[in-house]
Amino acid sequence: MDVTLKIRRYDPETRPKPEFVTYRASVEPTDRVLDAMNYVKWYVDGSLAYRRSCAHGICGSDAMVINGVNRLACKTLIEDVGAKITIAPLPGFPVLKDLIVDMEPFFAQLRAIKPYLENDEPPPIRERLQSPEEREVFDDTTKCILCASCTGSCPIYWSNPDYVGPAAIVNAHRFIFDSRDKSAAERLEILNSRSGVWRCRTIFNCTEACPREIEVTKAIEELKRAILYGGIG
Amino acid sequence: MYFQHDAIIIGAGGAGLRAAIELSGKVDVAVISKLYPTRSHTGTAQGGIGAALGNDEQDNPEWHTFDTVKGSDYLGDQDAIELMCRESIQAVYDLEHMGLPFSRTKEGRIDQRRFGGHTRNFGEAPVRRSCYAADRTGHMILQTLYQACISNKAAFYNEFEVMDLIVCDGVCCGVVAYEIATGEVHTFHAKAVLFATGGYGKMFKVTSNALSLTGDGLAVAYRRGIPLEDMEFFQFHPTGIYKMGILITEGARGEGGILLNGLGERFMERYAPTIKDLAPRDMVSRAMYMEIREGRGIDGKDYLHLDLTHLGRDVIEKKLPDITDFVRTYLGIDPVETPIPVQPTAHYGMGGIPTDIDGAVVVDEKNTRFPGFFAAGECACVSVHGANRLGTNSLVDIQVFGKRAGREMVNYIGSADLVPVPEDVEDWVRGEIARLKSDVGGESVADIRAELQSEMMANASVFRTEKTLVEMQKKLITLKDRYTRASVQDKGHIYNTELTEAFELGCLLELAETLVVSALARTESRGAHSREDFPTRDDANWMKHSLAYRTDKSSIRLGYKPVVVTKFQPMERKY
Repeated sequence: MDVTLKIRRYDPETRPKPEFVTYRASVEPTDRVLDAMNYVKWYVDGSLAYRRSCAHGICGSDAMVINGVNRLACKTLIEDVGAKITIAPLPGFPVLKDLIVDMEPFFAQLRAIKPYLENDEPPPIRERLQSPEEREVFDDTTKCILCASCTGSCPIYWSNPDYVGPAAIVNAHRFIFDSRDKSAAERLEILNSRSGVWRCRTIFNCTEACPREIEVTKAIEELKRAILYGGIG
Repeated sequence: MYFQHDAIIIGAGGAGLRAAIELSGKVDVAVISKLYPTRSHTGTAQGGIGAALGNDEQDNPEWHTFDTVKGSDYLGDQDAIELMCRESIQAVYDLEHMGLPFSRTKEGRIDQRRFGGHTRNFGEAPVRRSCYAADRTGHMILQTLYQACISNKAAFYNEFEVMDLIVCDGVCCGVVAYEIATGEVHTFHAKAVLFATGGYGKMFKVTSNALSLTGDGLAVAYRRGIPLEDMEFFQFHPTGIYKMGILITEGARGEGGILLNGLGERFMERYAPTIKDLAPRDMVSRAMYMEIREGRGIDGKDYLHLDLTHLGRDVIEKKLPDITDFVRTYLGIDPVETPIPVQPTAHYGMGGIPTDIDGAVVVDEKNTRFPGFFAAGECACVSVHGANRLGTNSLVDIQVFGKRAGREMVNYIGSADLVPVPEDVEDWVRGEIARLKSDVGGESVADIRAELQSEMMANASVFRTEKTLVEMQKKLITLKDRYTRASVQDKGHIYNTELTEAFELGCLLELAETLVVSALARTESRGAHSREDFPTRDDANWMKHSLAYRTDKSSIRLGYKPVVVTKFQPMERKY
């Protein structure tokens, strides 16, 4: 089928004023939007810039706005969005060229919540024990691929880039609720600060945007409750 | 610009990050990646990492060693395999201690599942050896290692494409890299360089590999005179999603899934009566090709079915959530109710940059070290996978040898001097960029790449003959010639990904040639290298590793070195 791709282009060197440019591509309905973009890049205009790698929704490179929704271009099929496709860079982040945004602020927010297991006790010779039930508590938030779809969908983050944002909170959740981690109190303190979870207004955009179907808003609420009522080992 | 570190690591997947953890805190280390670290392809590994923990049933490293040797079709070096299978146990505990959220047994231990070619008691029956985190084990490994690197404050240079290796007086002392965000060319000066750059599956049309898996590291080393070992052995994973090649983990068969042909037959019973659908990947992929060739594909077409429907919704959604999501997203069917259309997909290069068991690159038949240069992971060849890698062993490889390489680099840096970098070190890279940006030839990168991928699929994939390989060799001469006239439309500096794609194609073309020349010379069938004109394994003449050296623009010289055999003499490979 023939589709039109209306893509927001920007290049500080050659196209300093952002504009939408329309391309045509011939694709199968079951192709990915990424396939259509590759077609444009490979056969129409090589200067079109976007990130991509695994092309099946795991590496998290190609989050962008497709027909008004934050999605991964490799996990969105043409038949799901129709023949008229509008593509723009992920909101909330500085655009560097075309669909490529500056990811440094995003990763800086991730680093702020100490995204690594902390446990001073020397580990046993074998594995630390953890029951399937303890493991289940934080299963959902281990799925995060750091694509930034959620953070880039959050109106609070758009207006206040100091807010750590849903992705960093998801990753804090993954450690705070891990029975092997001993720094929950410290992380909750970070999330209890001005730039932490209380910025969240439960808008649910993040949950809708997540390509891994993580219940992001629920994770944020669980952390708010943990701050208010405690209950974490 | 000029950057200097004690150690630089190229590639931020499982091997590179594991090495970085070993180096950080001890020396000044930086990791250079053409992606953001968490985009690395380790993250797409699904089914698990093999280690004889014995958490679910009796197991031991010697059985793992035997399975790996047999799986390699006796081409793997047995000293290295034994070491890997022994150290895999600690590698898994290391990951758990770093925080990896493995799936758990009722007792709270790491859960283990069955996987292709992994057996108890030297081939008796499948064994639960694969340590897993649902079907996103690679994702959890990559995240855990990256998290540990953040904790260790390792330095990262993200989105830098390494285009050349700096060699001075026979010593490796850095790399030249192109900064994708700005178009600047930089010199990275170091005492020790580790390549952990991953695979090169994008030379084939149907592949499970990421768009970025173009073998840049291997090609860069090869151009600087490093031979490439065992390039004729490229693994096709049996279960790629039909046409797309997206991986469906072997863990799906480990959990009880079966392959069916167009007649509804469980055909693997005929090819591997003991372990059936859990036979090693080379055998299953060949069996699938045979079924399709004999008209027993689904509706006579070129695919088969992976049937999980008898496993039940709970097992499928709990233990295999990601592949369930892939099948629902990309095929619009529910694997709980409908069998999955699959075909073999180009998955893993067993060959690569030759190294010893400490990750040091060795450059000849006598295993002479190349000072300052190290390699680990898929881009390297120790060799632990020989002619065919067993499932789960790539994750074992990157953890065991990433760690060992890191440790060896710390030792090396302690006694090595920083060798001065020559003045003209960036010239080749600058020349190549200028050539690709010039408009002389007008050949299209996309056209050349598409032709390479479809021709390699037709002529040098699961089955090969002298005729198809010679045909491919001729095609490659034409494609390489056309590549000298390739140019890009984008003349800019900022995120010129058309330029980096053009560079990557040059790498794929070099590597395809080493694969074809090595495959043409090897007149036997062993593991993933299946020559229809030489259908049997020939131990008398071919118990040896091939080494492809680049001589000049048009020729490759082949050398050979013997396979290390310790405990297990070659036997007929039956399952």
